[in-house]
Order: sequence, then structure tokens, then C-alpha cells
Amino acid sequence: MSKTPTPAVEGWFTLDRKAPHLLGTRCTSCSNVFFPKETTFCRNPACTGSEFEEVELSRTGRLWSFTNNCYAPPEPYQAADPFEPYAIAAVELEQERMVIMGQVVGGVGVEDLEAGMEMELVLDTLYEDDENEYLVWKWQPSQAAA
Amino acid sequence: MSNEVAILGVGMHPWGKWGKNFVEYGVKAAQDALADAGLDWQDVQFVAGGDTIRNGYPGYVAGATFAQALGWQGAQVASSYGACASGSQAIATARAQILAGLCDVALVVGADTTPKGFFAPTGGGDRSKDPDWLRFRLVGATNPVYFGLWARRRMELFGATEEDFAKVKVKNSRHGAKNPNARYPKAFTMEEVLASPMVSDPLRLLQICATSDGGAALILTSMEFARKHTANPVTIPAVSNVTPKYPNTLIEMPNFSTDSGAGISVPDVPFRPSIAKNAYEQAGLGPEDMDLAEVYDLSSALELDWYEIIGLCKEGEAERLVRDGDTAVGGRIPVNTSGGLGAFGEAIPAQAIAQVCELTWQLRGEAGGRQVEGAKLGITANYGLFGHGSSVIVKR
Ligand SMILES: [Zn+2]
Repeated sequence: MSKTPTPAVEGWFTLDRKAPHLLGTRCTSCSNVFFPKETTFCRNPACTGSEFEEVELSRTGRLWSFTNNCYAPPEPYQAADPFEPYAIAAVELEQERMVIMGQVVGGVGVEDLEAGMEMELVLDTLYEDDENEYLVWKWQPSQAAA
Repeated sequence: MSNEVAILGVGMHPWGKWGKNFVEYGVKAAQDALADAGLDWQDVQFVAGGDTIRNGYPGYVAGATFAQALGWQGAQVASSYGACASGSQAIATARAQILAGLCDVALVVGADTTPKGFFAPTGGGDRSKDPDWLRFRLVGATNPVYFGLWARRRMELFGATEEDFAKVKVKNSRHGAKNPNARYPKAFTMEEVLASPMVSDPLRLLQICATSDGGAALILTSMEFARKHTANPVTIPAVSNVTPKYPNTLIEMPNFSTDSGAGISVPDVPFRPSIAKNAYEQAGLGPEDMDLAEVYDLSSALELDWYEIIGLCKEGEAERLVRDGDTAVGGRIPVNTSGGLGAFGEAIPAQAIAQVCELTWQLRGEAGGRQVEGAKLGITANYGLFGHGSSVIVKR
């Protein structure tokens, strides 16, 4: 029986498995973009805007820096047992000029990474229970660029 | 100078894993600070507590808990929570009370008892609106993950090496070995540091600060009051608790992302450097005037960032400072003469106060085997989760 794909957090990304996007908001007054979504007050101190529209963020960006977890993070992270170390990337979206952190897909370690390389957004399993496969965004080296 | 208050007394409870109630650490530190000042607890008119999120109802909302333990005597009270900046917020509150003429003698005190292992969000439940909960849940972004990102950035940008980071640890552990309040009184070798297990690449276990129990306290007084007790008091001419300016384009705990720097001008001075810049401006001093510094070495690599942030060198030059021994006791500008967090570990509400204790001992010439000869001016730098700046200048 296949499990139901379920976002691990509601409304943070599109569920398009082929070309997912993170979802942010844009202030309708000053056009500044926020991720995670800002929905109440614009954070630009020069703006009193309080209306926002949802925007899809760029799917690709340049690797700003990276590291890994050699040990299982504590709860509320749902670590697999046995724990497999995994890399974490901070990627700068060129258009938004915003650095966003995320896990790196399995099989890509820090030795495969270098600052400045192009990375793209994918959806992957964060953890599973009996009924659901919980999805989260992850980064992987851009397939198009490789 | 009108903006100065005096540090008449300092005290600490040694850092460690003692397994006792945090109140005991704070009271011991306070009693030591009172004895150091030559004052009685009944002389204290204002108590400023640095709060801890741990130990139940946020550290019993700290200030009053310490006042009760010392014996209720009716002093005014305030309590501050600003994560790692809690201690400097308590200092700022006490200083403002004194400068406003509302009191002459204030006790500043912070103490913590910490759990083993990684810091993780306190309390359970699904907190899907809390970025500090979500960063663990969705990414497994522990504190060392952020330290690792910043450390790797130095390697990629400036050619820093694992050996550079290890040198910082070796230096600080030598300082800490001469500090009776340090948790780890051991001078580590390069080999030992580089052989410790990798936690978050490129950082190894011995390059990441631990969590500790500990307490620190200050007796702050008006200059007029201090001069009746001592001819040449150590003073505080500046306390900076600035927040960032938008957009903040460096990824910081506990965030997933930076602000967007598109379509808007980015501040000339980013958040971290703005913390020290504000302190220098308040004191009318600059980095060239400093004789030593206590900075927030959450990781050995992060100490290198601080050299640049507080203006000891230009961006990209910090590795040279540690390679040349400039920041060791005996060097041009010693940093973390206490041993830093590397030798102490984090006791969150106490650590910004502990930084000031170290500078006070140094400026009085009471720092024993780690003494910086002739030190007259020092700066502390630190900051708390969610955008709490913390920097104090200490002068004699
Ligand atoms: Zn706006």
C-alpha cells in the first residue's frame, strides 16, 4: 500500500514533484519578498503595508555555504534509525537575493559540494509514519548544469 | 564622563556540570561580587536578573528569585531575557537606572543549569508557527549546523583551513587552563583537536562550545558612590543592545532564510558589526584603542568572524591574526583571555556578564597567569537568538 504524500509543513512549497517551488509572500506596497511567508505586517521599516500576495520563489540558486549533521539532531527532528549523516545547504536565490537553508538530497555529501555551484529545489521524504510520507524541500546540485 | 557607571564588584560560580539548581550558582556569584565590592546585600537597591528559559517558568523570572534567595530586602527588580544577550540587557537596565539617578547600587546576576548535548527547543507539542521549533523539525538545523555554515563560508571565501580553526581552540584552551572558573582546565594540542569527531563539517567536537552550568554577577554603582570606595574604579562607558537593520542578509539562528536584499538598499554596516560599532560610538573609542576582547566563540571558527566584526582586522585577515599569535595572551590584541566559550561552555543568562567579569579582572591586574599587561580598555561582543545585540566596553 502506497503512503499519502503529505507536506511536512502546510503551505511552504508547491507539491509539484517535478519542479517544486518554495512559496513566499510579496508585500503589495513595497514588493519585498518574504520566506517563510509574512502575512500580517511588512517587515520593511519604510513600509506600512499589510497586504501580501503569494509568490513562487526561484527554484535555483548558488550555493552560499554548506555543512552536515554527523549525528542525529534532537527532537522534534524525526531521525531515522539507524541515522544516516546528511548534508545541509544554504543557497542564495539570485533574483530574490535571499539565502535559504535546506537539507541536501541523500547521496550528496559535503565532499561533492563547493560554494558558488548551482543548486535546485526538489521535494523529498522528511520522515514517514504508517499512512503518510511527509515531504520537505531539499537542495540538490542542478541537474541541468551538471 | 557622564555615561559611565562603575563596576565595584565581580563574582562567578565556576562553570561545569554540577547538577544543582541554578539559583545556587547565581547566589554564589552575587555573594562573591558583594564581597569583592566590600558591600552588604542590604546595600543593593536594584536587582537586574538575566533570565534563563530553562529550569521551569522561565528561570522563575530570574531577578526576584535571586533576591528571595539572598533574603527579601525590598530592592527594586527587573528581569531580562534576550537569549545569549540576556546578561548584557540586565547590565543595560541596571546602568540606565544608575545613570537616571534612580539608584546608586545595583546587582546584576545571571545563572543557568543546562541539559546535556545539543540545545533543542524547550517544551513539547507541535509548534508549527515557531521558527525555532521548525528549524529542528524540517531541517535538523542544530546550532552547530549554523556554526558549520559560517565556518565553511570562511574556507570558501578566505581560504581558512581546519588548522586555523584548531589554532583558535588551542589558544583559548591555554587561556582557560589558567582560569579557575573555566569548565575545561585543559590545554589541548592541535592533534587532539583535529582528532576529535566531526559534528558539523568542518567543525569537530572540540571546536564547538558545550552547554554548562554557571553563574556570574556584577555590582554596578554610580561613579560618585564608587569613588567613596576606590580611587580608580573599573567602569562601563558603553552598552550596546542593537537590533539588526532591514534587510538582514546573513543567515542567523533560528532562521531558515535571510531577508531579501532585492530591490532595496542593504545597510552599510551589517548586524554583527553594528553591535560593536554602536558600543564604540557610545564610548567615543575605536578598535585601535582596545587592549583585549571577549567574544562569542560558539565555535572556534566563529571567533575569527568576530575579529573582523569588532574591527581588529579587515575582512578575510582574521586567519593571519591567529596564525601570528596576535590574539593570544602576550600578543598584540589578546582575545578570549578567559578561555572563551570554548573553555567555559554556554550558561546563557550568565555569559555576557561573565565576559565583563573577565575584563574587570584583567583591567585590575588580577587575572593571574592569563594577565594582559597594562590593559586599560576592553570590549565584549555577543548576541542572542532572534536579533539581540550585546556589546559592553570596559575601561580603567
Ligand atoms: Zn512592504
